[in-house]
This record gives sequence, C-alpha cells and structure tokens, in this order.
Amino acid sequence: MCLGVPGKVVEIDGLTASVDFWGVKRKVRLETVDEPVQVGDYVLVHVGFAIRRIPQGQIEETLDLYNQLIAATNQDLMAVDIRAEVAATAKINGGADER
Amino acid sequence: MSVEAAVERLEFRDPHRARTLTRLLGALCREIGKPVSVMHVCGTHEQSIGRFGLRSLLPKELTVLMGPGCPVCVTDMPEVDEAVALARQGVVVATFGDMFRVPGTAFSLAEAKAEGADVRVIYSPFEALKLVQGTEKQVVFFATGFETTAVATAALVLAHPPENLSVLSAHKYIPPVMEIVAEMPQSHVQGFLAAGHAATITGWHIFERFVARHHIPVVTAGFEPLDILAALSELVRLIRDGEERVVNAYPRCVTPDGNRQAQKLLWEVFATEGGNWRGIAHVPNGNLRLRPKYSWADARCRFDIDLSSLLDEAPPRLTQECICGNIMAGIASPYDCRLFAKECTPQNPVGACMVSSEGNCKIWHEYGGHVVVRE
Repeated sequence: MCLGVPGKVVEIDGLTASVDFWGVKRKVRLETVDEPVQVGDYVLVHVGFAIRRIPQGQIEETLDLYNQLIAATNQDLMAVDIRAEVAATAKINGGADER
Repeated sequence: MSVEAAVERLEFRDPHRARTLTRLLGALCREIGKPVSVMHVCGTHEQSIGRFGLRSLLPKELTVLMGPGCPVCVTDMPEVDEAVALARQGVVVATFGDMFRVPGTAFSLAEAKAEGADVRVIYSPFEALKLVQGTEKQVVFFATGFETTAVATAALVLAHPPENLSVLSAHKYIPPVMEIVAEMPQSHVQGFLAAGHAATITGWHIFERFVARHHIPVVTAGFEPLDILAALSELVRLIRDGEERVVNAYPRCVTPDGNRQAQKLLWEVFATEGGNWRGIAHVPNGNLRLRPKYSWADARCRFDIDLSSLLDEAPPRLTQECICGNIMAGIASPYDCRLFAKECTPQNPVGACMVSSEGNCKIWHEYGGHVVVRE
C-alpha cells in the first residue's frame, strides 16, 4: 500500500482524469496531485488518486521498474500489488476497461 | 515474458552501474571497519530488495533491516477488533484486501464474514461510495495505511459522502515511529532509508528534525533496484563520514516540502494522536484520527462499538509465539521465528507480517530473505 503506479493522462474533466495504464484507460482523482496536470503528463497514482506529476525527462526511468513487473506472472507478489493499484482506479462509465 | 527473463533484464539492465554501486558499498564498509546496520521503513522497498535479490549483492558487513513499514502489519489488534465488532453488529465493513485476513484479538474480518457478517474488499476509498449507493445500510470504511493512503481517505471525507458512510481510521503516520525505533535500546540502526512515496507526500525536510534529535542520517529512496543501491551507498557514505543530514536520493518524486495540496487535505481531516503499533510500542503522534469537526464521518463517534464480546474469546495459542513485533522493530528476522514457514504460512498466517504483501515474513516466504552470496 506504499506503492504508486504511473500512468499517462489522456483526458481531464474537472477533478477526474482518464489515465492510460499500459493500454487500459481508467479514471483517477486529481484533488490530491501536487501541481496542475495537463493531457500528456504522467502521474503517479496511489489507491485511485494522483499524488505526483512526474517531471518530463524522468518519465522513462520511472516507468522502467513497472514495465518489467507488469510483464511478470500473476503469482509474483510485487506484480500483484501493481495490478491492484490499477484496479483501485475507477472504470470508465462503470463499464469494462477501455482499451 | 517469464519472471526469470524479466528479472534478468531488470537486474542486469545496467550491470556496470550496479557493479559500481556494490563495489562502492563494499569499499565504504571496509573503511568503516565494523558492521553497519541500516533500516528501511517500507514494504515496497522490502519487496524490491527481496524480488531482485539485492541482499546477495551487499557486502557482508552491511545489514539492511525492514522496520515498521507495513501498514497492515502495524494495525493494532484492538483496531481490528473494532472493525470486527462493527461487522458483527450488522454494519457493512469495507476494507483493503490485505486487512481482510489480519487477526484481531480473537477474530479476523474474514472469520467474521464466514460467520455471516457483511465484509467487502475494496481497492480505493472511493469504492466505498459505490457501496452506499442504493442501500440504507450503514457502511464503515476500515481505513488503514500510512500518510500516502490517508490522503485518499481525507479526500473521501471532504467529498461529503452520504450519511450512511463513515470511516474507522487505523491510519498511521511514519515519522514518529522512526523516533521510537531509533530509541529502542536493542536497536543498532545507524541510518534510515525513508519510504519514497510517503516522503512524496511529506517532503524530505520533515526528516531534518529527526536527524537533529537522533544524530543519524536519513536518505529517501526510490524502488528500482538501482535506486535502492544508490540510496544505500549514499547512506553508508554519510555514516562513514559521520554526517548527520538528510539526502534526497529519489528526486523524481520527493521534493523538500512534498505535496502541499495532499498535506492540506490530510491535515484538514486528520490530527495525530498517540496509539499502539501492533507488537512494537505506544507511538506518540503515530496514529491519524479524524478531527472533531469531522465526527459526523467518524465511525468511533457514530457507533457504540462493543468490544466486550470479543475480549471473552481466548486468542489462538500460536499468536502468543508470534514475534512480528520484534521483526518490525528490526531486532529479529523472520528466520528467528519458530513458526516461520512451519505453522505460519501465507495460506495459514499466524501473524500480520505473513498476511500482507508488504509484510516482512510474507515477502521472505515468497522471495527468500538472506540469499547465497554470488561470486
């Protein structure tokens, strides 16, 4: 529960953003983010809330760890926690994940 | 891609840098000339250390301990009891998955559910809002986690949820427990790695007061294997030089003052209060509790929580032998526990550290603890 997961902001509607996590689009709350975010920014998300706008130029090194782990098996402890962070974000329109 | 292939790619993505850092750590430890012991306070750090086998790369003089960095594990038994009592009183209790199977004095929420109580697992505090839609029933969000997660609970309260949703806060605040662990007479911790995402909220300036009081350095650290090795190198260098200060080795996410917007929400809703951390100690200012102005959302004010029926039940015999508290204080390792991987397993956990994916015992059970040194 100390984990965060990075995703790319694709749309903003007030305090809610659509964020792309490895091709899955989910809703994320923005009232907790440290500075204003724009479409195209990457944010670090914890239990469905953005807590950090990741500075440009540091996005790739932030994503590295996650890119490796997201490819790991379903049984891997750390990979399961990362998937749980994505699951903590709201589905778009309450329906299935948009791909 | 297989796990092995993924690990291989990551661990050796920058073999030169990893080798340089481990060589540097070895040289620093030799210069110090006696054993060095440091502590991190984050389950995700332990996951990364365990998963990528970082202890196998460390010099043998350097011990890296996991401190009280698993929020589920430090949730005190009476806090679990409150949630269990509410569930047995007919309230719908929603909580995070890791909390579901953590034992209270007599029961876990999972056991309460097996007896017919309504307990739901949620991933985000905002999912609790969905649970209250279309029901008259009272729903209590049993909220656990450090300041990083408490920010989200604060946002939920500030969103003015319907009358039938309230919060039972077991949120904890990390900076005060670092003081307690540093002061333990059995503790030989010479430096701390601060948890990267908790520090994302609080900023790194907050640790300066700790350094001034305890005269040991603090380094904020990210979660990549190389982030951790780099932060450890910096920490051991500070120890060698006797430098008492804070160094930020995770500038991608941690700033001097942290996330002020999140702090505003956090401290609007919560105040610190003294309380027990399971198995460790009473921690002054270690608990986050709803301020009186939000008592309308505080389950402790809204309900008469009757713990008496739970206290009549005898706790399971094996819990007396659990040493989770000593493990989280850094004065014992999971391998010192007689129950580890025998009576206590992830399928049949005795202590909270074997339940949570951030618990030291669960992580060591999954990935191994001390590993054989590679040549």
